[in-house]
Amino acid sequence: MKRHLLSAADLTRDDAELVLATADEMRSLADRPIKKLPALRGRTVVNLFFEDSTRTRISFEAAAKRLSADVINFAAKGSSLSKGESLKDTALTLEAMGADAVVVRHGSSGAPHRLAHSGWVRSSVVNAGDGTHEHPTQALLDAFTMWKHLGGSRPGGLEGRKIAIVGDVLHSRVARSNALLLRTLGAEVTLVAPPTLLPVGIEGWPVETSYDLDSVLPKADAVMMLRVQRERMHGGFFPTAREYSRRYGLDGKRMATLQDHTIVMHPGPMVRGMEITADVADSDRSVIVEQVTNGVAVRMAVLYLLLSGNEPAGSMVEGEE
Amino acid sequence: MSTTYLIKNVAVLGGAPTDLLLQDGVIADIGPEAGDRGASAGERVEIDASGLVALPGLVDLHTHLREPGREDAETVESGTRAAALGGFTAVHAMANTEPVADTAGVVEQVWRLGREAGHCDVYPVGAVTVGLAGERLAELGAMADSAARVRVFSDDGQCVSDAVLMRRALEYVKAFDGVIAQHAQEPRLTEGAQMNEGELSGRLGLTGWPAVAEEAIIARDCLLTAHVGSRLHVCHVSTAGSVDIVRDAKRKGWNVTAEACPHHLLLTDELAATYDPIYKVNPPLRSQTDVDALRAGLADGTIDIVATDHAPHPHEDKDCEWAAAANGMLGLETALSIVQQTMVDTGLLDWAGVAERMSYAPARIGRVAEHGRPIEQGEPANVVLYDPAARRTIEASESASLSRNTPYAGRELPGRVVATFLRGKATVLDGKLA
Repeated sequence: MKRHLLSAADLTRDDAELVLATADEMRSLADRPIKKLPALRGRTVVNLFFEDSTRTRISFEAAAKRLSADVINFAAKGSSLSKGESLKDTALTLEAMGADAVVVRHGSSGAPHRLAHSGWVRSSVVNAGDGTHEHPTQALLDAFTMWKHLGGSRPGGLEGRKIAIVGDVLHSRVARSNALLLRTLGAEVTLVAPPTLLPVGIEGWPVETSYDLDSVLPKADAVMMLRVQRERMHGGFFPTAREYSRRYGLDGKRMATLQDHTIVMHPGPMVRGMEITADVADSDRSVIVEQVTNGVAVRMAVLYLLLSGNEPAGSMVEGEE
Repeated sequence: MSTTYLIKNVAVLGGAPTDLLLQDGVIADIGPEAGDRGASAGERVEIDASGLVALPGLVDLHTHLREPGREDAETVESGTRAAALGGFTAVHAMANTEPVADTAGVVEQVWRLGREAGHCDVYPVGAVTVGLAGERLAELGAMADSAARVRVFSDDGQCVSDAVLMRRALEYVKAFDGVIAQHAQEPRLTEGAQMNEGELSGRLGLTGWPAVAEEAIIARDCLLTAHVGSRLHVCHVSTAGSVDIVRDAKRKGWNVTAEACPHHLLLTDELAATYDPIYKVNPPLRSQTDVDALRAGLADGTIDIVATDHAPHPHEDKDCEWAAAANGMLGLETALSIVQQTMVDTGLLDWAGVAERMSYAPARIGRVAEHGRPIEQGEPANVVLYDPAARRTIEASESASLSRNTPYAGRELPGRVVATFLRGKATVLDGKLA
């Protein structure tokens, strides 16, 4: 693995498979009475969040704590965009505190990249979502969830699997990271959205695209619904919320066209009734809650692999018994 | 008394080596016997210019000197030093200062500061609209009649997007032979835009600045210019489609001129993948296809001139995340080298062509009579001596600008300005400020 995790493209096939296998070991911890490993004892992980995201922040916090790292939560309200403290000065402060890893969420695409490559900090940088760019640990937890359900938890398990990602691809960092990572893992990705919500130049991405959800659903092994943010409705990207739901929402009727083994996913937070109906979200096919559980395991794996080298996590987990 | 310079064995516009005598502010003689010309009372200096090319002093139609208002980024003094080091004897100072150069008072202040600095002549550009707000015309006539004799008007940084206002501006400047230099950027299509819109912007998650936002305004303005019989200059053309539109307008005989910036002739949007805002500029760096089209357009005369869009910014405005950073890059000290690399060394332009694109044509567009003159006996001694065989690695810290935002730091570029003469007075000698 590289020193930083900034983009899903930073992961080779071997890296990605290693994260999945390591996360599998980490997840088994959750079933034990003591859910804690001493792997990162004495290390400091800083959660640097320029945007509110309670669920991602607590997921990273739980992951770091289960590895016995010291955790500092730094909610930096107001980036330099709003004339607050600059990203650079915040970074220098963290460096002075001796952070081993900085988990950063930022509203500007590329901010984690700047943090990692500007010489401001020496620590590992983990991108916890930047602007409309990427969210690689979300992609890893999504891939892990698919790998458990569709891939038999074995190497190469996602090869040839068909994944549909549906919704606001244009503004979605989750879609970008998923498209890259799933391709790396050999899956076939189809992005489904109205044309206004697909980026220009998407022909160059290693994915299929479709404007027609109904034609994609029967072939999919997993369907991931993306959140549609309220502000998009006022941006003229589609006429009305109702029309969006009719054309791109996943309801019970559409769910009935899925294959028996197909799972339904959502990175959260959901807008029930908009991109997904309550009966679908709460159905047996839905693995949305499991995604959250897997998020902790995957983030444990990422922090562990970045901070303590490339040894297989299995040996370390066994050593703990 | 002023110093007399005898420049020996210099290749005027790249031609056969000859001698140039600069005396009393003019080119007193050219040819092998130039040195024999009548003695002057002042000091006489001989310069061995073997291997050097003599070009007419360069004229920049698009410079940001930042004074008044942002003296932390650049001053007239520092910016004109950089200009002289780059071989320029005249620059047009853009109007987006604080206060905006939208009155006779402000343009006269900038003009006077330029005269006092003395490194090159400063021709203030007047704002088209009050405060660059795009709502009502500034007092264009007062600026034209002022001591600064403004002929170029631009809201650069902002597009005059209102079609009626643009029409009125084009019509109004006909009274004093002015020109509207348009920053072509359709505002609604570029809200929040960060980089060229293409596959890469989608991948990087940076809001796209589509080529059509530039091309739509250029097309509209060409039509308006033809309709009212005025004169349009298009600033920093950056796309292949824009080159086509300008070429078509010229073919129809419309009075449209256009400029390309050195960075758009060399750099591409791939550099945005570094997320380093040193490469953030407006209009943004485009694709290699666009770069190739700009070079071809500059070669065939569709693009009339090279203009630097020299845009100094303090360090903190670039030492941050991409979206928070300011647009713009330094350009005065590297422009000629970039033109050599992209146009001369590639065989697209000869040195006479460079003189046309970087001196004669910009002076004509700006209606500057004193610059952009041929290197001939009796002409003003505005001359630059350039060594095309030299190579240099660009160091940001060595710039004469107060700012350091050069995108070429660490790059090796061809060529070096050896000397610049403004009305016979050396502003640069041996590559250093005289």
